[in-house]
Amino acid sequence: MKHFAHLIESLDQTTKTNAKVDHLVDFFAAADDPDKVWAIALFSGKRPKRTVSSTLLRQWAAEASGFPAWLFEESYHVVGDLAETVALFLPPPTDSTETRTLSEWMDLLQSLAGVEEADKEQAILAAWRSLSTQERFVFNKLITGGFRIGVSQKLMVKALARHTGQPENVVSHRLMGNWKPQTIQFHDLLFGQDAGDDLSRPYPFFLAYPLENTPDTLGNPADWQAEWKWDGIRSQLIFRENTLFLWSRGEELITPKFPELETLAASLPARTVIDGELLPFKNGSPLSFQVLQTRIGRKNVTKKILADCPVVIMAYDLLEWQGKDLRELPLQERRAILAELVLTVGQSDLLRLSPEVTFNDWDQLADLRSQARDHLAEGLMLKRRSSAYQVGRKKGDWWKWKVDPLSVDAVMIYAQRGHGRRANLFSDYTFAVWDEDQLVPFAKAYSGLTDAEMQQVDAWIKRNTVDKFGPVRRVIPELVFEIGFEGIAYSPRHKSGIAVRFPRMLRWRTDKKAKDADHIQALRELLGSEIPP
Amino acid sequence: MSLLTFTDRGIYCPQADVYIDPWKRVEKAVITHAHSDHARWGMGAYLSHYYSAPILRQRLGQDIRLQTVGYGETRTVNGVHISLHPAGHIPGSAQVRLEYQGEIWVVSGDYKVVADGISTPFEPVRCHTFITESTFGLPVYRWQPQEEVIGEIHDWWQANAEAGKASLLIGYALGKAQRLLQYLRDDIGPVYVHGAIALVQDALRSHGVPLRAVTQVTPDIPKEAYRKSLIVAPPNAIGSAWTRKFGAQSLGMASGWMSIRGARRRRAADRGFVLSDHADWDELNQAVEATGASQVFVTHGYSDLFARWLREKGLDAGVVETQFEGELSEINESGAEPDPEVKTETAP
Repeated sequence: MKHFAHLIESLDQTTKTNAKVDHLVDFFAAADDPDKVWAIALFSGKRPKRTVSSTLLRQWAAEASGFPAWLFEESYHVVGDLAETVALFLPPPTDSTETRTLSEWMDLLQSLAGVEEADKEQAILAAWRSLSTQERFVFNKLITGGFRIGVSQKLMVKALARHTGQPENVVSHRLMGNWKPQTIQFHDLLFGQDAGDDLSRPYPFFLAYPLENTPDTLGNPADWQAEWKWDGIRSQLIFRENTLFLWSRGEELITPKFPELETLAASLPARTVIDGELLPFKNGSPLSFQVLQTRIGRKNVTKKILADCPVVIMAYDLLEWQGKDLRELPLQERRAILAELVLTVGQSDLLRLSPEVTFNDWDQLADLRSQARDHLAEGLMLKRRSSAYQVGRKKGDWWKWKVDPLSVDAVMIYAQRGHGRRANLFSDYTFAVWDEDQLVPFAKAYSGLTDAEMQQVDAWIKRNTVDKFGPVRRVIPELVFEIGFEGIAYSPRHKSGIAVRFPRMLRWRTDKKAKDADHIQALRELLGSEIPP
Repeated sequence: MSLLTFTDRGIYCPQADVYIDPWKRVEKAVITHAHSDHARWGMGAYLSHYYSAPILRQRLGQDIRLQTVGYGETRTVNGVHISLHPAGHIPGSAQVRLEYQGEIWVVSGDYKVVADGISTPFEPVRCHTFITESTFGLPVYRWQPQEEVIGEIHDWWQANAEAGKASLLIGYALGKAQRLLQYLRDDIGPVYVHGAIALVQDALRSHGVPLRAVTQVTPDIPKEAYRKSLIVAPPNAIGSAWTRKFGAQSLGMASGWMSIRGARRRRAADRGFVLSDHADWDELNQAVEATGASQVFVTHGYSDLFARWLREKGLDAGVVETQFEGELSEINESGAEPDPEVKTETAP
């Protein structure tokens, strides 16, 4: 554990990626195999089911410290991280002779599943007493999860590639899929037999960067394929040994949520992997993402859900065909086979080919892009026809070219402290628009300001608080921001009757007063043709 | 009438017609210490500790009307006995004790209880009413011993030196910088300071405060000299052109806020060292208890929370709004020291 805690501390102490990779390589060189596997699992978000709830952690930490529970909650709002709050809130450790390894701690935590609450408490309190503040923080993170410590999958793959002497794309592929840190050996994970040893293992997704310049910088339009950028869940559909798997880009196996796709098993050729968008789709056109979100949120897939939110796989790419890895082929060749395959399957209610958006020159494409919302798309994807299917987010061959966001000017009415690097800084705001003479909240946003602006707003909030409700402050309605969002829909769950997608601050309108902010009519107009439910 | 009242100009003693650390112009001001949010420009007359004098004159003007006293020395104004007592925050920092007809109030100013070796150590003063700061008034703020932090700084410097990098260490020019400089171990290699720090250091030294002599960063020092050196600079040096001459460097910051991971990461400093000139949670509690006060007013910091905590412990505790840094100090620590002219404005 000391090793791992030290790794976390070292990673924390640098913002430079090379240094982080160095620290990871050092760790992999020193740690034993079970600890390596656990570190990989934790950094890639593969956590075992948690065995202790945060409610209990809070309660025990408050009790162990001898301070009232409210003081713990207030401290949590300031620190912005539960694991860290607990680590700091507790009295200093009494014996720091602890020598357990990371995997031994993970085993201990696993063993707490189904144990009586009092016994859990004893185990956790004993652990806290024996660990230094930094180790406690890491230990609590093992319980609560969310290991966001500036190690991206990319960095870890880099480090493991160096550690094992394998190419990065091989390592990246090996880490995909369904392995379990409890059962797999480090050697099997990194050097085991090929993809066949895990039927469900997906390929690493190839991701696009946003287009920074105008598309004419990309050269000859004929070299590029344009498609709509669909607003669903990027997924990989895998059919091997007569079994169907659906992976989300977040590396979640979501097959059980979409049982209707099973029908495809009858007509898909053996050993096929398709990259596509899982899209709510009805009567020949997509539905809004919100419909899909509602479906995912439901526990059971009922007949009503199947009728209200049917889904299709909108196929973008073919990664494996007849058991062969096609990723090195040029896109145009992969796509030709894919088109043929989709046609042969012949189930357009479940599997469709994402159509090419044809264009002759970049100006024409710009016009088409401006119509993206009419197709319920977020914009366009631009892919070089000769491109291989690469690993991870890479610049050069694939670009996303989203439509400009919708926007309104809104007034900040509430503020809350942020988490992580925004701890103790009022960085999460609620925005409202006018309805007659009332301000109606319609969106929360916490991104888009520069650090300097955020500090200015933070200072302003502290001076202009009218009321406090727990962590939330009501402020004088005075600051106006231009709020951008990707989509808008009716929502009975919101006070304003409207839900917006990916809201963020585009600009601080220091030139505007609260009375100059937009009215709710402006939002209703953006709803346009959407029909209220 | 209460011995002290809270006005929009500052903490006021009507009987003596004296303000303590006022933020608007008044005739008579008692100054707890020379940080710019406590010692502001434009007062008719100032009273401070002897060690505060050189910095007050440097920052507010050589021609200010300033009387100085030593710790424990009493001045009587219209029957109110006023004396200053060590606050342990920075050299010259003081708590203000006021006594009138047997009633005693103490204004803490900024303070810490643990001795830092350069400020006269904090002395608890018995009183009926205590006005305390609460910058770090939550149990998550608990400082480790100074020697440990200095050790960490030393290790950091050593690792940097081995990698051929300069170590740029950030701390307030007044107080923090002197503390850092005083306790660096002798084997740490060449040490240089920013001009703002040299100015403070020299002023204090010439006034008899026992501090080390320092070497200022000047244009005639060859750039190679900075490799493997430690350079101490105030917050406004971060990212400035001034730092370029040091070549490859690691940025460290010494502040109480560095105990929170989020705050540390936000600074984009390579290293955060938890070293504060304010009392931590335990010290605040210890200080309040040692005064024996039955009434407590809590100012700048997590004042409402600390006051609630004291009330639950049975004290009569309330919150006083002041214009001292309080919650804002975190922001200011990331930039320059607070400028009184800017501070009273409401952004934007």
